[in-house]
Amino acid sequence: MTAEALTADEPASDAHEQRAFGFWLYLMSDAIIFSLLFATYAVMVQNTDGGPTGKTLFSLPNAFAETMLLLLSSITFGFATLAMRSGDATGVRRWLQVTVVLGLGFVGLEMREFYGLVHRGAGPDRSGFLSAFFTLVGTHGAHVSVGLIWILVMTGQIMVKGLTAPVVSRLGRLGMFWHFLDIIWIGIFSVVYLPGVL
Amino acid sequence: MERSPASHAPGLTSYLTGFALALILTAIPFALVATAALPRLPMLMVIAVAAVIQVLVHLRYFLHLNLTTTPRENLLAILFAAILIFMMVGGSLWIMMDLHHRMAI
Repeated sequence: MTAEALTADEPASDAHEQRAFGFWLYLMSDAIIFSLLFATYAVMVQNTDGGPTGKTLFSLPNAFAETMLLLLSSITFGFATLAMRSGDATGVRRWLQVTVVLGLGFVGLEMREFYGLVHRGAGPDRSGFLSAFFTLVGTHGAHVSVGLIWILVMTGQIMVKGLTAPVVSRLGRLGMFWHFLDIIWIGIFSVVYLPGVL
Repeated sequence: MERSPASHAPGLTSYLTGFALALILTAIPFALVATAALPRLPMLMVIAVAAVIQVLVHLRYFLHLNLTTTPRENLLAILFAAILIFMMVGGSLWIMMDLHHRMAI
């Protein structure tokens, strides 16, 4: 943004900065929720009630594929942000579409994993370990799904309104949300899947 | 990061650097676990260290958190959240592990 543009809509840009800070506070509270779900999982991981453990249930290639999809979707969102800064609405929409495809791939893999687990009698009702697992990973998956819907809504807004100041401000917060979810995923593969298959 | 005054925000280099570092920090623990290259305890330590570094990489290169350009209140918020997480997660694990230990005797 040039200096002239900044001074021209100073009250508006002030409001957008406040919203970005408010959203940042929301992300911090979300981080606390996730960290407590991580703590719950760490406490419950031994409580398998004689049932299946992570070693028999988790698939390393599947977790790796999910990790790659989410990491790739983070960088494609970054490209969308760069296109937004250069005012390229078509570019933003293209990169957001790529991000949605990658995100859908992630959610698809996770749903397939959950379905397989429940199908094998390893649903959340099987043991404390599995309750904690489904709560932690499911909460993250729900966040990603909401993020996907938000991306689709923003794609629509770009088509209808173009890259107006409010749309750009919302895209900024959506980007924070999306990158934040990738950070939570680092915790999930490092706390759940990698130690699980050891 | 070098920035011209006109483009205050970080550019393509920042994202690509972050992506490359994240790839390496993901590949190391996955490869070690896949090949069972280390005993359990050192393996867990490598996983933890790689995760912490990768979180910092994401904060720095994707969320553009920076000690000089990020607004002070945002830094205070994340510092506060980090302290809360440390106390609540650390405290929960401490109490529950201790309880587990006592019950097992």
